[in-house]
Amino acid sequence: MAARLKKNAAGRLVPDVVNGRESVPFRGVGKHRPDGCKAAPRIASCVDFPADGDKRAGSLREAFERVGLGDGMVISTHHHLRNGDAVANAAFDTAAEMGLRDLMWFPSASFPVHANQIEHLDSGVIHHIEGSMNGPLGAYCSSGKMRGLGVLRSHGGRWQAIQDGEVHIDVAVIAAPAADTFGNANGLSGPAACGLLGFALADSIYAEKVIVVTDNLAPFPCLPWQIQGNNVDAVVEVSSIGDPSQIVSGTTRLTQSPDRRRIAELAARFCAEAGIVRDGFSFQAGAGGTTLAFAIYLAELMRSAGVTARFARGGSTQHMVEMLDEGLIEYILDGQTFDLDGVRSMASNPRHQDTSPFTSYNFHGKGNFASMVDVAVLGATEVDLEFNGNVVTHSDGRLLHGIGGWQNCLTARCAMLLVPSFRDRIPVVVDEVTTLCGPGELIDVVVTERGIAVNPRRQDLLDAVAGSDLPIRPIEDLKAELDRLCGVPATPELSDEPVAVVKWVDGTIIDTVWRVD
Amino acid sequence: MVEPGIKPASAGPTGDRVRSDLNVVYEPGVGELTIELTSRVDYLYGEAIEAAVRRVVEAFGATTGRLMVSDAGALEWVILARAESCLRRAGFDGPPVLPEPATGSKAARHRDRLRRSRLYIPGSQPKLMVSGGLYGADAVILDLEDSVPPAEKDAARVLVRNALVALDWGASERMVRVNQGAVGEEDLAAIARYNPHTVLVPKVEGVAQVQRAAAVLADHAGEDAALLMPILESPTGIHHAYEIAAADSSVVALTLGLEDLSAELAAPRTTEGWESFLARQTTVYAARSAGVQPIASVFSDIADEEGLAAYVRRERGLGFDGVGCIHPRQIPVVHREMTPSAEEVERAVRIVRAAREAEERGLGAVAVGSKMVDPPVVRQAERTVELGVAGGVLDAGWDDSEN
Repeated sequence: MAARLKKNAAGRLVPDVVNGRESVPFRGVGKHRPDGCKAAPRIASCVDFPADGDKRAGSLREAFERVGLGDGMVISTHHHLRNGDAVANAAFDTAAEMGLRDLMWFPSASFPVHANQIEHLDSGVIHHIEGSMNGPLGAYCSSGKMRGLGVLRSHGGRWQAIQDGEVHIDVAVIAAPAADTFGNANGLSGPAACGLLGFALADSIYAEKVIVVTDNLAPFPCLPWQIQGNNVDAVVEVSSIGDPSQIVSGTTRLTQSPDRRRIAELAARFCAEAGIVRDGFSFQAGAGGTTLAFAIYLAELMRSAGVTARFARGGSTQHMVEMLDEGLIEYILDGQTFDLDGVRSMASNPRHQDTSPFTSYNFHGKGNFASMVDVAVLGATEVDLEFNGNVVTHSDGRLLHGIGGWQNCLTARCAMLLVPSFRDRIPVVVDEVTTLCGPGELIDVVVTERGIAVNPRRQDLLDAVAGSDLPIRPIEDLKAELDRLCGVPATPELSDEPVAVVKWVDGTIIDTVWRVD
Repeated sequence: MVEPGIKPASAGPTGDRVRSDLNVVYEPGVGELTIELTSRVDYLYGEAIEAAVRRVVEAFGATTGRLMVSDAGALEWVILARAESCLRRAGFDGPPVLPEPATGSKAARHRDRLRRSRLYIPGSQPKLMVSGGLYGADAVILDLEDSVPPAEKDAARVLVRNALVALDWGASERMVRVNQGAVGEEDLAAIARYNPHTVLVPKVEGVAQVQRAAAVLADHAGEDAALLMPILESPTGIHHAYEIAAADSSVVALTLGLEDLSAELAAPRTTEGWESFLARQTTVYAARSAGVQPIASVFSDIADEEGLAAYVRRERGLGFDGVGCIHPRQIPVVHREMTPSAEEVERAVRIVRAAREAEERGLGAVAVGSKMVDPPVVRQAERTVELGVAGGVLDAGWDDSEN
């Protein structure tokens, strides 16, 4: 099927066929509702599995042979071991040894350590990747070397694609810091402890075959079962699933950058002045330099106002755990654990709950947590005068980052982008984003070191902070200051050859990433 | 033919870790001048970078040789400065090549103003200058002295000059700390015309240094010459504190540098600070006597906020009007601790109101309740009111109801 480019509701040119499958161009926020039944794997019968529950296979290769991995199939892996992950690379090294070809890799995210897959792309073992591509993989895709189109989805969008049948996983390979021989698994203990396995949950339910790989095998039962063994076909014991030093950090340090601290402090003060910080409120913050500093300033403001939050969502860190222990937060709903304090707290504190993209972000859920959060603070590579945001490409069009939960978090009651106004002369506030990832109607506030721009659609927020001494200014005004400081940038020429598409949370295509030489 | 006196030169940092800066290398040659550019941002600013370099090349009449520019996202004022420094080092001569002035570059100079905090920014690091005006410090000091290595003095001078022109320093007073002696005079000559509000003169030991600095500034800027803040950093300087403070009408404040002073005293700097107690007291007495502001030294442990707060309280208690900051995060702590309490402000407001009333009614003496108040007390009360407004404990329109 030859692809044609069509203009979607955001005015962006997108292909109508992606990797041989018809696609729906973005139709607007909340406008697309696929119907039909959810996808499901074939029926399994317990009599086909060992009655004693021991599903061990001697090696990854033996497991692949047992589940019938073949040419052209879809293999999924997950990023809870972050840059320490050894399992995704081992999976494709094994597939290469077996002489397999044209596999599709469906990671929940990739990291620099996964540059290993480039040789498998070159040799034809991997046909293409549907998942975030950073660093060397991003450069590989941007340069047009990949055979299929890259497909970038949010964490929630990945669950949506699995549930509505857009992606059917043949074999899910789940790295497990702790597991039993039946396949029950969690991320709470062992040398590669990472907290939770939420990114693998959909795969464990919907993939045809599920393989758990662990370096910390326990006798049945392994509790808690974040992944249920009843969904698992085979368990493989290996000497190591990853490098602990690259999985979680020992400590999370507060940024010393004066600009980042200023942005974080302005954002926290904005939340206070706008009345968002009140008893029982909720927030989402990550472990990035600026968002971590935001949580620290927020904690100070909460202490001095005597206010507590009902729950905090997002990546847990030592700082978040301290807020929980101090009683500033009643619950942490954790999607990703960033340091060892986070792992310890999740293992021991019942108010520190592991979550998954199903509870937090899924478009096909009967609601999700993201829209219930009072305020979410996020980063971006660019934001434009219409408040549209870009989080996947650099200003030259090169793929830089995955979407993560970014698109999903935009449905928070107040979605704030915490960004420097420019980075080494490259303006972050621009006329038009290079790649559209988040529609401006969902982005409420942009906080930079040079001032705060509130989306004119949010007159309520503008009214709430009127009269405060915060540096509130129109986004056009910020842009004009940048034009003077950095100079008016040239418009880089992009090619007309798609190398990847960016999905919106509902599965439609919101924008295209073009080849860059 | 290579022009006589022209030699290879380089300006600006090199290496993979450089950000928001650039390196410019000149190699003499006989052919027509070529400019070779590599830049992380060439797809957005390639032409703009080359145009900026060309402006400098033309102003300096460089027509032969090779210029190699390695840019890591420097802003235009930095590109102009690095290119100018490179060509000067190569032996070319030309006029200052200035960036487009910021609207704030003409900000007015005020003799009497709050100087609670002053933020030091190294004069050789443009990345740290760009946001310097955003942190709300009462003053920003572009430093040409201790934070700049000797081999970079010439280049820092050009960077600081361009930063004075191109950047908006907000409500902060525009200060520059120059070097001692002949290097310092070159610094003064380079910056005098670009609206430095106040110049810090280091290691002053006598009247002559102050008068010399004032004369050099006046030579270059005439009526528009900058104000002065001498820094006392030696026992001799402390010994002559009053004469120095009163040496010239352009002196607005007197400060001291405790690191160098401690070294000369052979008494290491301690947290308690007894080794410098007399120096600090002397500075306050001399400044007050000469009618200028006494300003305290910096607190160097940026991670120790409580230590900083205690330090500011102590210096304020000795009579100092401000302290130095080496990181923006120190500024809010300094401002908080320099702010008088609500009770102090309330008492000061009563005194100021009484004084105004007395003046309106043509009375010579000011009375608050049954107590008579002397003029120095009124002046101090006015200062307390000003500090109260700046520190947010008193509304700026506190006396509107009186009118």
